[in-house]
Amino acid sequence: MSPDGDTRHFRRLIAIWAVLAVVLDVVFAFVVGPHVPPGAMTSSASGAQVDFNVLFLIALPVMLAVWVYMAYALIVWRGSRAGAADPEGGPKARGHFGIQVGWIATTTVIVLGVFVYGTIELIVPAGAGGGEGPSPLWTPTSHDVLPIQVIGQQWDFTYRYPTFGGFETRQLMLPADTTIAFHVTSLDVIHSFWAYQLGVKADANPAEDNVAYTTTKQLGAFTVRCDELCGLWHGAMYNFGRVLPKSQFFVWAQSTERQNAANTKNLPPFSYTYVPDANGANGSYYRDNVDPYSNVETYGATSPGK
Amino acid sequence: MALDMRESIGAEHSGDPSPPGAPIRRRPAWFGPHLGRALVGAVAGYALGHWIGNTFASGYINVQGSGQNDVATVLALSIGVVGWLLGAGMLDYPLAKIVGREPLPPTEPKSWTRYFGPALDHKVIGLQYTIVVLLFLFTGGLLAMAIRTELLSPTSHVFGPGTYISVVSEHGTIMMMMASSIIIGPLGNWLVPLMIGSRRMAFPRVEAFSLWIFAAGYLVILTALPLGGFPTGWTGYAPLQTQAGAGMNSYLVGFAVIGIGMICAGFNLLVTIINYRAPGMSWGRIPVFVWSILATAALLTLATPTLVAAGLFGVLDRTAQTAFYVNEHGGSSFLWQNLFWFFGHPEVYIMALPGFGIVAEILPVFTRKPLFGYRVSAAGMIGVALLSFFVWQHHLFQSGINPDMRPLFMLTTELISIPTGFIFLVGLGTLWKSKIRYEVPMLFALGMFFNFLIGGISGVFLSDVPVDVTVHGSFFVLAHFHYTIMGGLVFAFFGGLYYWLPKMTGKTMDKRLGQWHFWMMFIFFNLTFFPLFLVGLLGQPRRVFEYAQNLQALNDFASVSAFFLGSSFLIFTFNFVRSMFIDPKPAPANPWHSLGLEWQTPVPVPPYNFPRIPVVLADPYHYGTTDGQAVADLGPRTLSMAGAVAPGTPGALGSDTVTGEDGSADPRPPIA
Repeated sequence: MSPDGDTRHFRRLIAIWAVLAVVLDVVFAFVVGPHVPPGAMTSSASGAQVDFNVLFLIALPVMLAVWVYMAYALIVWRGSRAGAADPEGGPKARGHFGIQVGWIATTTVIVLGVFVYGTIELIVPAGAGGGEGPSPLWTPTSHDVLPIQVIGQQWDFTYRYPTFGGFETRQLMLPADTTIAFHVTSLDVIHSFWAYQLGVKADANPAEDNVAYTTTKQLGAFTVRCDELCGLWHGAMYNFGRVLPKSQFFVWAQSTERQNAANTKNLPPFSYTYVPDANGANGSYYRDNVDPYSNVETYGATSPGK
Repeated sequence: MALDMRESIGAEHSGDPSPPGAPIRRRPAWFGPHLGRALVGAVAGYALGHWIGNTFASGYINVQGSGQNDVATVLALSIGVVGWLLGAGMLDYPLAKIVGREPLPPTEPKSWTRYFGPALDHKVIGLQYTIVVLLFLFTGGLLAMAIRTELLSPTSHVFGPGTYISVVSEHGTIMMMMASSIIIGPLGNWLVPLMIGSRRMAFPRVEAFSLWIFAAGYLVILTALPLGGFPTGWTGYAPLQTQAGAGMNSYLVGFAVIGIGMICAGFNLLVTIINYRAPGMSWGRIPVFVWSILATAALLTLATPTLVAAGLFGVLDRTAQTAFYVNEHGGSSFLWQNLFWFFGHPEVYIMALPGFGIVAEILPVFTRKPLFGYRVSAAGMIGVALLSFFVWQHHLFQSGINPDMRPLFMLTTELISIPTGFIFLVGLGTLWKSKIRYEVPMLFALGMFFNFLIGGISGVFLSDVPVDVTVHGSFFVLAHFHYTIMGGLVFAFFGGLYYWLPKMTGKTMDKRLGQWHFWMMFIFFNLTFFPLFLVGLLGQPRRVFEYAQNLQALNDFASVSAFFLGSSFLIFTFNFVRSMFIDPKPAPANPWHSLGLEWQTPVPVPPYNFPRIPVVLADPYHYGTTDGQAVADLGPRTLSMAGAVAPGTPGALGSDTVTGEDGSADPRPPIA
């Protein structure tokens, strides 16, 4: 075939691909994109949504390039086609320097771009809602952080509010427009705290404190599910929470603190982790030398009730 | 010291094998090593181990009155495996050598019964492997049907939660064990010596050992079900692993057993490819499939020991009360996660690379074009293999380990898509202005490209930490790895089977049924797993038996598609049984008109593959040229290929240069 034949195929492919890529990217960006999970309830959720959309807008043209090419090849160069020419062998068919270098360069540029973007999206929003371990590198700029402890155990999540006397509850209530620090830990095996609509996920490890940050933005209900296989009733390990207006939240927190006061007294004092004491025999889950209500433990916030 | 390996090949003995003087004391055939004796050995070993464990460690029962003794179970399984290997005759040779006796020469049944006993011919072992991996695949597939049945409804249940989690764990583990060997075992062992012009594998006994211990792993992992199952999934995360019941021992021992088999198979292939290439089979000429097996074998050899060691720690935690994985006693649950994924991520590429090799091998044949970018494809495979050791922490992005390495592992994970992309470049470049024949193997190869693209691109989403916060551990990741492993590897495996079975068995698979199999499998594979991306994005975690009501429609759609997907394998089984046993049609020696060296042998392939070691003249991708360069000089019995040069014509080496003797077909392998 003449070089013109090559050019003809090439132009057709580029044209089909460009039209499809632009149309479908635009359709995705405006029709699907705003509805991509996990929504925009918190900073980390909307960050994940934007990030997913950006990746998808890059991925779609890449996939279309392969699919358009393959569909074109499978139709145009099928052997059963009348007058299908025998393919040419030789060095030209064994590789093309420009195409190979171009392919490698293009994929490298895309990959490095995706990496740089992903790193910025990870670091700037303070870990993007993921568990950062006991000593987070990327912390929120806000000084008004509400710490909430998430305790996973077979097979339930409970939540402790150290700024409200350390009461423990099964309902995860959050104030709106507030940066939350989730301190996730476990009493037995590994669980994973997945507050789906909040865009937060952090493994709950026994004897480990795993911190994840997010900032609430919208009011509403959300689901918490265990995302790490934790045994028999893993599938039934879920509960629910709400993001409330700040004033409602404080009303709820203070009343719950009062209602639970008798129970809270019987709980181990608030601690980042709960491990059995030296012999583990008396069933107590305490860590020595922890002042649960120190400034350090509560990020400087004081209980409004006190 | 020169070892005479004639007998180890297991075929074509010249004359009486017994040494002069002492007559060989032969055992009766029924007592000789075979599958039945292996089963008896396994049962006897299991009983013996259980008795020993209960006798010496009955105080280790963890829960009062449970009657569960992990020491007894572990010993039962381990000694059961030893009994199996003894029964299969896998230890006869080393044991005889240890006690200083001359090992009995291997028995050589010529009939079909040789497939039920130890063999030293890589072609027999390859077919044995085929049957075992299909057994694995179909067992795991049935369990998958059970999972999809349970997920038909969000709240009403077919299984109890314990049964369900056992089924899920068993499915995952069996499939991972299968996938680690599905191509390496059957096609790798069968094809590599033929493709590189060798008469045998480097270590035939190690090859047989890897098969039999792989089969033992199948039995060990099945014992988990009567032992009560295990609740951890195939990842076996640690505090849960330490807490779990007796079925967990089957998982730990099973993975260790499979791991030993994987190391043996990988090491053997590595040595074979490096050392047993025919003259002229330079690194620039070995088929791409051999490159992929080389990269995979390196991964098997280097990554799997970590799994075996990690499993041993787990066994010790459960039996000897060590605390490798117990946080509260100074161990770390992160240790298991790191060790497991340090093996587990190379394992993922152990499953991907051979598939790349197969499609790259199939494409030139059915497009009648040379492979585009041979060096790029080899570089891609080696690149993937190297990078795969530096990505494992992306499984731990939300786990609570220190976050400082997160950007690095995001980078390495995304970098690995570059060499993976090379395979697409090679595939697409080969299709350019080609002449595509839509035979069944080609359909599977093209299907693999379609599926793997979706699987690979979704992997980039998972590698991105902010997106991973949502999709980690959800059905999104499940759909992702089913697209890569099933959509990639299993499609490539079936493509390879349809492609090479005529050579392996000398019988033709039915084309029409093959097409039905492909289209059923391709359509319903995508209809099963594509909705699961959405299910995951919409918030369904993996391995749950209850899910949100609003996800029922998608789940039911996936389940019904999965049942059709499962039934596509019935078509394959029917086709396989009919074409191989009921109504066999002899296959021509080279039905696809391939230039590959393995196709230049007659059907059935003689026990030593090549009458003389061939001299390789070119790589096997010289399609579309008219000057007709021969791929290899096979001596007087060279099959005439389109474009092949007859010996004696200029450009071909004279037959006497091969042996340097009288040029007669010498059946003996080279003396090692």
